[in-house]
Amino acid sequence: MHMADALISPAVGGTLWAVSAGLIGYCCKKVKTELSDYKVPLMGVTGAFIFAAQMINYTIPGTGSSGHLGGGMILAILLGPWAGFLVMASILTVQALFFADGGILALGCNIFNLGFWTCFVAYPLVYKKIVNQKHQSQMRLFWGSMLSVIIGLQLGAFCVVLQTMFSGRAELPFTGFVMAMQPIHLGIGVIEGVVTAGVVTFVAKAQPQLLEVSLSDAGKSTVSIKFVVAVLLVVAIVTGGAISWFASGHPDGLEWSMFKISGSEELDTPDKPVYEKLSGLQETTAFMPDYGFKEAESAGDEGEESATNWPAVDAGTTVAGLVGGLLTLLIAFGIGFLLKLKLKPQGPVKV
Amino acid sequence: MSKADTIILNLGYLDTLARADSPVHRLDPRAKLLTTLVFIVTVVSFDKYQISAMLPFFLFPVVMIVLGGLPVGYLLKRLLWVAPFAVMVGIFNPLLDHRVLFEIGTFHITGGWISFASILLRFVLTVLAAFILIATTGFYTICLALEKVGVPNVFVMQLLFLYRYAFVLVEEAARMGRAWQLRAPLRKAMSISTFTSLIGGLFLRTTDRAQRIYRAMCCRGFEGQIHLSCQLNWTWKDTLFLLSCCIVFILFRLTNPALGLGRLITGIFQ
Repeated sequence: MHMADALISPAVGGTLWAVSAGLIGYCCKKVKTELSDYKVPLMGVTGAFIFAAQMINYTIPGTGSSGHLGGGMILAILLGPWAGFLVMASILTVQALFFADGGILALGCNIFNLGFWTCFVAYPLVYKKIVNQKHQSQMRLFWGSMLSVIIGLQLGAFCVVLQTMFSGRAELPFTGFVMAMQPIHLGIGVIEGVVTAGVVTFVAKAQPQLLEVSLSDAGKSTVSIKFVVAVLLVVAIVTGGAISWFASGHPDGLEWSMFKISGSEELDTPDKPVYEKLSGLQETTAFMPDYGFKEAESAGDEGEESATNWPAVDAGTTVAGLVGGLLTLLIAFGIGFLLKLKLKPQGPVKV
Repeated sequence: MSKADTIILNLGYLDTLARADSPVHRLDPRAKLLTTLVFIVTVVSFDKYQISAMLPFFLFPVVMIVLGGLPVGYLLKRLLWVAPFAVMVGIFNPLLDHRVLFEIGTFHITGGWISFASILLRFVLTVLAAFILIATTGFYTICLALEKVGVPNVFVMQLLFLYRYAFVLVEEAARMGRAWQLRAPLRKAMSISTFTSLIGGLFLRTTDRAQRIYRAMCCRGFEGQIHLSCQLNWTWKDTLFLLSCCIVFILFRLTNPALGLGRLITGIFQ
């Protein structure tokens, strides 16, 4: 389950898009200069392999349910961090475009959550430290896979929580969300860790030179801690900046700039009879001054209090909004219907 | 229909739709890509309690679907299929946000329900936009557009290969799955050890296949980069499309025409 566009704000989505795009560009450079030409078909077909493997369900022992592969860690182990990240990004792109599994704006978030933590944090800092080059020790392989998958998934899940929080579209409280996400992904991580260990062991036993080839090929430049920290800093700074820029609140942009420039939110009208007459006229005819029903004089403190709570939703605006909204929807579909009638005689030519 | 068949159908059908011809299909893919992005960003930028202000945005998918001759039933079916994801997260809103924002008679509508409806609306609009993009452009053309826009060749090649071989490998995995099923007819899903052996085997076949592909490519002159020979022509129609759509989206976002129209109508009746 990947993040959908409906749950994120442009600030969060845009930031992570930028970060993921930057990472993709960096990985492309690394892959181009450091790996042989053979990597092109290898990466492509391995991507298709993971895509196909995700289709097969396996039973989770103890529960009655089944699960399927995520794949980030397996990709990092089999192809190295740079190629692994690119392959993960391509799989997520295809899933977003063809299956609406994750939105287009949220693609950046998903690539970061599922690719960065597995390929650039869990793989170099956990897996490689535990497992040696030759993949000879079964224990090391098992625990290396298990721990790296668990840590990678935990960090990714935590990122999902943070992104949802910062977007402010879903109502989930931070502690509640974390308490739900982390344990679930711990369970998922354990199972995926076992599966990852199993696959890598299988490949190591059947054709150990495969892993050595890809590992030694990819290991020419290792992922350094500095790189990881730099990326995280960039994410933090850009997110913080973008969010404060987009932060909503009173007054609206124009009034805010007016206040900053002139010290008051509206210009005082000059003391001429024409202006007074016209503003008097406007006050009497305006059915919904300032987009709300006319406040009765006796509304008093209660009205004042509720009006200052954001969002300032009151009945008058809502009725106009509902009526207008339904009307615009009808208009939109009406236009579509008219267009269809107009197009019917010729119709689009099917090749 | 098995899972493999569903995947192949969905991958292939949207691309088949993209091979039709219509004014929308003939637009430059870069224009469609940018317009879709702007659309998604403007829709997603509404704050969580907005509903009616988003409704005018339905004009874009409606017009594109009609002009592009896309099958509405199929798109709606796909939409319903992926809807559970958004519902699962959004459903907590009504449970957690009890602040009453609106009352119709004795009905109290809380902020939670409003923000939930808002999430669903966003979801429908953004998912439709993504499907429309693929159904009127096609995957290969999108990859071409991505490369022209500046995405590194390595990543574009990766996307092309993934798409090309997804069909092949999904079928191969399905064959393996079917072979297992025939030997374990009463089980719903395989055990983890079976899965790892199966997948390990599939990976070995994958690398073998990759070797064969690589040799075939080298025989045909591959030297590290796939050159896409298609040319994209940007015409005045593409500029008009991109500019007018962006202006309309930004206008709708900033001026809230639904509210204005509603004010007009309710004003008449008062």
